[in-house]
Amino acid sequence: MYPAKFDYYRANSVEEAVKLLAENSDAKLLAGGHSLIPAMKLRLTQPALLIDIGKIDSLKNIKANGSLEIGALATHARVAASADVKKWFPALANAASLIGDQQVRNFGTIGGNIAHADPASDPPTVLIAAGATIHVRGASGTRAIAAEDFFVDLFTTALEPGEVVTKIEIPNLSGRKSAYAKMSHPASRYAIVGVCAVLSMEGDTCKEARLVVGGAVAHATRLSEAEAVLKGKKLDAAALKAAADAAIAQVGDDAMGDITAPADYRRAMVGQYLQRAIQSALG
Amino acid sequence: MASRVFGASIKRKEDPRLITGEAKYLDDLQLPGMAHAAILRSPHAHARIKSIDTSAAAAVPGVLGVFTGKDFMDVNPLPCAWQAGGVENHVNTPRVLEPEKVTFTGAGVAVVVAESRYIAEDALQLIKVNYEVLPAVVDAQKATQSGAPQIHDNAPNNVCMEWSCGDKAGTDKALGEAEVVIKERVVNQRLIPTPMETRGCIAQYLPATDEYTVWMTSQAPHVMRLLMTAFVFGIPETKMRVISPQVGGGFGAKIFLYPEYCLVTALSKKIGRPVKWAETRSENYVATTHGRDHITELEVGAKRDGTITALRVNTYANLGGILSTIAPGIPTTLYGRLLSGAYKIPNIYCHVWGVYTNTGMVDAYRGAGRPEATFVVERAVDMVANQLSMDPAEIRRKNFIPSSAFPYDPKILNGLKYDSGDYDKALGKALEMVGYQDFRKAQADARQQGRYLGIGFSSYIEMCGVAPSAWIGLPGEGWGAGLWESANVRVHLTGKVVVTSGSQSHGQGHETTTAQIVAEELGVPVEDVIVQHSDTLGTPFGYGTYGSRSASVGQVAVFNSLQKIKEKAKKLGAHLLEAAVEDVVFENGKVHVKGSPDKAKTIQELAGAAALGYSLPAGMEPFLDDTAYYDPPNCTFPFGTHICIVEVDAGTGQIDIKRYVAVDDVGKVINPMIVDGQVHGGIAQGVAQALWEGAVYDENGQLLTGSLMDYALPRADLLPSFEVGRTETPSPTNPLGVKGAGETGTIAATPAVVNAVLDALKPLGVLHIDMPMTPARVWQAIQKG
Amino acid sequence: MKISVKINGKTVERDVDPRMLLVHFLRDELGLTGTKVGCDTSQCGSCTVHLNGEALKSCTFFAVQADGAEITTIEGLAANGSLHPMQEGFWEKHGLQCGYCTPGMIMASVAFLKKHAHPTEEDIRHGLEGNLCRCTGYHNIVAAVKAASEKMGG
Repeated sequence: MYPAKFDYYRANSVEEAVKLLAENSDAKLLAGGHSLIPAMKLRLTQPALLIDIGKIDSLKNIKANGSLEIGALATHARVAASADVKKWFPALANAASLIGDQQVRNFGTIGGNIAHADPASDPPTVLIAAGATIHVRGASGTRAIAAEDFFVDLFTTALEPGEVVTKIEIPNLSGRKSAYAKMSHPASRYAIVGVCAVLSMEGDTCKEARLVVGGAVAHATRLSEAEAVLKGKKLDAAALKAAADAAIAQVGDDAMGDITAPADYRRAMVGQYLQRAIQSALG
Repeated sequence: MASRVFGASIKRKEDPRLITGEAKYLDDLQLPGMAHAAILRSPHAHARIKSIDTSAAAAVPGVLGVFTGKDFMDVNPLPCAWQAGGVENHVNTPRVLEPEKVTFTGAGVAVVVAESRYIAEDALQLIKVNYEVLPAVVDAQKATQSGAPQIHDNAPNNVCMEWSCGDKAGTDKALGEAEVVIKERVVNQRLIPTPMETRGCIAQYLPATDEYTVWMTSQAPHVMRLLMTAFVFGIPETKMRVISPQVGGGFGAKIFLYPEYCLVTALSKKIGRPVKWAETRSENYVATTHGRDHITELEVGAKRDGTITALRVNTYANLGGILSTIAPGIPTTLYGRLLSGAYKIPNIYCHVWGVYTNTGMVDAYRGAGRPEATFVVERAVDMVANQLSMDPAEIRRKNFIPSSAFPYDPKILNGLKYDSGDYDKALGKALEMVGYQDFRKAQADARQQGRYLGIGFSSYIEMCGVAPSAWIGLPGEGWGAGLWESANVRVHLTGKVVVTSGSQSHGQGHETTTAQIVAEELGVPVEDVIVQHSDTLGTPFGYGTYGSRSASVGQVAVFNSLQKIKEKAKKLGAHLLEAAVEDVVFENGKVHVKGSPDKAKTIQELAGAAALGYSLPAGMEPFLDDTAYYDPPNCTFPFGTHICIVEVDAGTGQIDIKRYVAVDDVGKVINPMIVDGQVHGGIAQGVAQALWEGAVYDENGQLLTGSLMDYALPRADLLPSFEVGRTETPSPTNPLGVKGAGETGTIAATPAVVNAVLDALKPLGVLHIDMPMTPARVWQAIQKG
Repeated sequence: MKISVKINGKTVERDVDPRMLLVHFLRDELGLTGTKVGCDTSQCGSCTVHLNGEALKSCTFFAVQADGAEITTIEGLAANGSLHPMQEGFWEKHGLQCGYCTPGMIMASVAFLKKHAHPTEEDIRHGLEGNLCRCTGYHNIVAAVKAASEKMGG
């Protein structure tokens, strides 16, 4: 409840933030602060310098123009309420609306969320399912990282030291059906299991499925076995069951467990929520 | 006749300051020159402290002092005030800081006092403690087995006490002869009370008079002063004033004397400045008491017609690493003696092992012993019904104590009797509210569609208004004090009424309900009554607020004071009306001559006359002012039936509460709105035990549910709205006819929910699931079938 | 670091340690103790205030981040001496017992109603998921918010 001492600097531009990060090895970025400050209050992390990027307005935009671009500082509440997000990728709007609570959504940002890479967080799951690209900037310039490659492990991303997430780009998903299905932890509200389905349909037949699980495993992961099962299939109950079984088998021993949801349960719920996400996407 | 105030849902007098943020809770108080304390707590559950290096911490700018347990060897260990039979030779209680050994994770070992809490926390990180870590045990049953780590030298096999009640031989015989016997092991898991306000303390030492003023988050400020002065510090009681400011909920956890309160008090003298300690939630979860934590082997015997003939219970009650203030009383007097529930059970025997483990202290949490007893009884009744394929409502009716049998002596209560009841009526009303027959049809239809609906009953009794002092102080019961309450009523010259009460209010609305009693009795407006409490300066002694005792003990003291006031007012009124006392009555706020209501003196006129003293009857003292001490002749026994309807998702194990119907009989009701509120909150806590809450320690004694990120306190979207009904069977124990309403919901709800879930899963062959019934546990039980 | 904040309509300038949480700034520096602290993991919502009109858990924000912002606390909710309809709703419906969660609960409820003028019971329950109450079981809180929404023309 009482963070340790730190120096504070408010950056007015991404360039400035990148420069400060390069100059200070023990610095952290402060965006919405809703992952960082709780850790600092318990002194689980004690950075020497906080670089506040929260007032850089250019990182707050959400715009749809060929692709959907979401600035790193867009709050979960704005992502959830954005007409563009709802139109382009309703699963993301839904996932954002299920994060934390009203207050957390008002100030927590999508960029801060993905940089933190909590395995039980919702956005990574839907962003991978969408085939999103994470744009980052570092001392040596900008680069684009596929969401699928961005989340490496528990609280670990492909970000290099000194890099700042600037925006998230979601490709045109028109014609796809998508949904996110989540079982929330009753206390933390994080995902015990979250599954996102993005489906490309031709009549009753699935041309392509992108299926991603989060919460149950160390980082959000494509359920490629289940995707293969559904490809070219009619999405009837038998197909969904087969996909669920494939997903359960793929998760296998990677399923995480805790006192609320042991590994065997989470693994089984991957199958349940996979089916729920697909059914919800199909409407 | 004026409309009655007693029994009306009037808005609470305390709310304006609470809804505007004006109320001052402990951490809202700032004293000039106040310093701030932070406590270093043991990261180990069982360890010897070999050395502590505080030098780096002491050198931090802004630090006023760093202390360890060795600096407080002149301060006595805290007392254990409820030494239930058997505990006497095995008592181990906390010191302000543990000097040599810690027996649970979170025990205080050092303290920093600094100019700010931020600085104190900085310094805390720099204290180096060298521990010799010892093996730990956290499970009460395992702790008693050979080879378990030994926690205290004076408690072999970690047994703090062995206590029993009931008829062993009769119960053994009845179980031997029973046509049906069912055995089950039920766990009543550990809960964390979690009032939204954590604990805290501010102490100020005044050297000129050698006096302390101590503000603390306490449900029992008078008792705190008594225990701190007479036992911990060995100073005259007159040298300390204890104040509970606005208190943000307690649920039992704020009854007790805690080491931090004594520590901060000692520090205020050492530092020479007022010192504040405000508990963080992380501290609260490890260092404030927990509740429940029983492992119980139960055997219930019955005839084939469903008549229950015997109940035998063997319970391992986890008391934690060290004893909290009244810990031994909870799993004994308040548990074992309630095992007859609402039923005629001719043979009951209860054996309790009170056990030390390397876990946080366990003491009273809302209901305190009675929820554990009710859970055992209500599960046992359902098990018998299930075995005999009987309807759960029918078996309850069959075994209920009939309304004609009151006062009823369940034998196991050691002389007390259930005061009044009509259990069938409450059950009947609940069945009607829920539409029982319709539900069973809907349930059958749903099963056809593969949906699992279930209904669960809990026909509970509880014991409130603890307690006749002479009963609870009996050898074996072991309460180390009395349990009466007191109140003073003064009617000032202006006709305004000041009540001072030994009871303490921390959310129950005493200021309102007490004013209602005064308004009803004296005929004054509720607005003209002020109720002062929670400060040992200016209020008469009281044992505090817990056990749903403030209406049936504390407010009876208020009522009795009012009767004395009215008697005096009558005498004065007769004098002023020039009538004989026998010829006047006190009615609607006036003393008037019988049959001549116009010939009257109002209470305001009488108060003025009494205060002025110009014309008083011979020998009468001025002023309307009287005090009453009320020691209840019996406890009170609320009862009722709660019914829960759930739907279980067999695919995920998730439980949806479809409806929750509660019919409670708490005797006469002073303010229905407040009683309903108590019931709602109680239900939420009881439901939460069934479905979400549970404190879990790992094998090394680390609390895995150490924050609100992990410990699942119910949120608004997890709960339904509740359907609350009432029957009213006045208590003959006290003149108000009240019983107590603070704990019924918590006591009743837990088994109602569990029974509902198991009813839903009956087609799947599931007979038992441990609490909390998380989706994972439900799903696993379904897989096993 | 120097910050300037408009709190309950009044501009306040103070020099604050960057590590000071907004809730401590309000309570300890400005004496606005109506805003409470109930946990240390950003769960309980007792510290909820409005920052630029949005509900915020002030324990999860540094005072320096609030530089230039407008903040409303429970003390600033009643206007011209008359209670806000939400405060009235909580009083009339017995939406509080110990009162500790109440300031945060009221502030969260007011912010929620701004975005959901005609809430159902389910909306209200979902909307208040960031605020814990241990006393009421939420039953009367839901009733209070509903009553306030009706009073406010919802």
